Amino acid sequence: MSEAIENARTFLRPSKKLPTVWCGGCGLGILMSAMTRALARLGVEKNDVAVVSGIGCTGRLPTYVDFNTLHTTHGRGLAFATGVKLARPKLTVIAAMGDGDALAIGGNHFIHACRRNIDMTAIVANNHIYGMTGGQYSPTTPHGKRGTTAPYGNVEHDFDVAALAAGAGATFVARSSVYHAQELDRLIEKAVLHKGFSVVEAVSNCYTSYGRLNKHASPVDMLRWMKENSVPVGKAETMEPWELEGKFTRGVIVERELPEFIEAYDDLAERLTTSPSAVERVKSILKSFDETAERLNAKAE
Amino acid sequence: MSRRLILTGNDAAAEAMRQIDPDVVAAFPITPQTELMHKFAEHVADGEVKAELVLVESEHSAMSATVGAAAAGARSMTATSANGLALMWEIVYIAASYRLPIVMPVVNRALSGPINIHCDHSDTMGCRDTGWIQLYSENAQEVYDNVIQAIRIAESPEVLLPVMVTFDGFIISHTAEVLEALEDDPVRNWIGEYKPKYTLLDTDNPMTFGPLDLQDYYFEHKRQQMEAMRAAPATVKKIGKLYGEMSGRPYDLIEGYQLEDAELAVVALGSTCGTAKVVIDELRAKGTKAGLLKIRCFRPFPEAEIAAALKGAKAIAVLDRSVSFGAPGGPVHKEIKAALFGSGSSAGLVNYIYGLGGRDISMEHIHEAFADLETVAGEGTPADAIRFLGLRE
Ligand code: SF4
Repeated sequence: MSEAIENARTFLRPSKKLPTVWCGGCGLGILMSAMTRALARLGVEKNDVAVVSGIGCTGRLPTYVDFNTLHTTHGRGLAFATGVKLARPKLTVIAAMGDGDALAIGGNHFIHACRRNIDMTAIVANNHIYGMTGGQYSPTTPHGKRGTTAPYGNVEHDFDVAALAAGAGATFVARSSVYHAQELDRLIEKAVLHKGFSVVEAVSNCYTSYGRLNKHASPVDMLRWMKENSVPVGKAETMEPWELEGKFTRGVIVERELPEFIEAYDDLAERLTTSPSAVERVKSILKSFDETAERLNAKAE
Repeated sequence: MSRRLILTGNDAAAEAMRQIDPDVVAAFPITPQTELMHKFAEHVADGEVKAELVLVESEHSAMSATVGAAAAGARSMTATSANGLALMWEIVYIAASYRLPIVMPVVNRALSGPINIHCDHSDTMGCRDTGWIQLYSENAQEVYDNVIQAIRIAESPEVLLPVMVTFDGFIISHTAEVLEALEDDPVRNWIGEYKPKYTLLDTDNPMTFGPLDLQDYYFEHKRQQMEAMRAAPATVKKIGKLYGEMSGRPYDLIEGYQLEDAELAVVALGSTCGTAKVVIDELRAKGTKAGLLKIRCFRPFPEAEIAAALKGAKAIAVLDRSVSFGAPGGPVHKEIKAALFGSGSSAGLVNYIYGLGGRDISMEHIHEAFADLETVAGEGTPADAIRFLGLRE
């Protein structure tokens, strides 16, 4: 057994009874182990990592991993994670969310986190449905696919998670699937190393709530679907749009550099407190406040 | 003319909604409300209702869409639980302030944190001052009956306020029982067609809802909301009576069980009332004068009726399935205390907090409360009047 896998094991909470609460065949366990493998390879200390989640099946993930963890409310994982990162910039902060959690009820936080470029990682487990509450269609349920609230097929259209993150300004966006477990852990590793806001979309399978409603024979059949319907980013560039229809791309989709939020903030603070002209300006503003207060007090008397 | 069905509480609410066939329903999944909307979504998908069902991206949006639809003159409904209701809160308050007759089943569940999906009343009790009428249900039959009545209560011109029909998560929402449902036509005729008095789409009478209202008129508008609440009890009573004439099941603001001559009384809401009734039967068989006051309409709070109903009691136990942190007792307890103040009652009053986060309440617990009351009767309110049932300490 490789050392990384051995170390990854130590990231599971010894007090937690395994197997997990997740259904047999669920992709979330594969995602969790990819995440712990990535962190093990990075050689992080448990105490230097914070994993934050919202609600839903993916929201259960922090229960099992032995880091600093915060299990919050539906859709707010990223908002809480932002607070954690601001208060403890040295922590490696990861927010683990499902598609409903990240993109419906938490969609607002998601796009603004992408735009803000704060140095943390959002992992979106995209299984195309609300699993825990019983299969309601979500923002990533493909058009025409079934959910318990769309028994004859979804009339809405789905988000392309990676494209949404890229459009909202994330500086690192990657996608893989739980079938491609090793690729997934390499991408998570890259995302964590990236300076700025990184998003990893992990296409996952929810046989219980999605597969059964959409004519997948088994969880394995869903994994096979991921294998057969995904294309590495590089290869996709050589293909025609019609060839890519119904398929998703895998790999690093966006990787660019922009000033990171906390660093930019610290820079600003530094400039304001050290540059003589800025200090003078602040002083003169404070002075004008004092003068106004004096004038008003004199008037009142 | 009635049908006997086996339904869960969630199914019962969905069945009532199918018959009401509102114009617009907006929803977002949350346990334990979820099955309610599943069922209703099936009715929509199968073409059994004409309702527009929109599945939005959060409860905040669900209530917003419902408010928008109601302001445009549509009969509008939604449903939720716990944190969903908490997320709606901003718009919950606005719905009442706009005087929109929205009806919302709320499946009671404990508020986070820590996360808990089981029953208590912290969600709806947290909304008790938002200006919504609140009807609590004892079982699936009452869920069905209350949802139908809520439409007429909300839309009554002297009221025009939104109504929450609440029922206990899992205990009622997920257990099946036999109930009597009406045929579709009588229900539809009884609720009638919704003819809103004020609507955004009345182009001959342009309207606005909720514009800036500062020191000039905000206060007067709040006063009007208070007036609407003051008018509501009479309407709830009247509609409960009319519903009884149609269904054979009349409803009132409160219900007394063996309360007429009771010396020891328990006050409760929701499914616990059923448990209390069985305990009371046992105690009566042994000669104890025990009784129950069930509060169906918690908002508006029927103060005078409650004071009159508890007049003869020597000792009263108020059961609260939620906490009002820092307050002198649970929310129900405080209101009962206020209702008794000045009513001439000298009964000893004890508050029992119970069942938080779905902790079970058994017959033994209610026996325990009655046994306590025996010692309180004639002694007045004890010093330790805030107690717990089923708590490990
Ligand atoms: S419901 Fe779906 S997402 Fe949730 S644990 Fe089961 S398979 Fe996984």
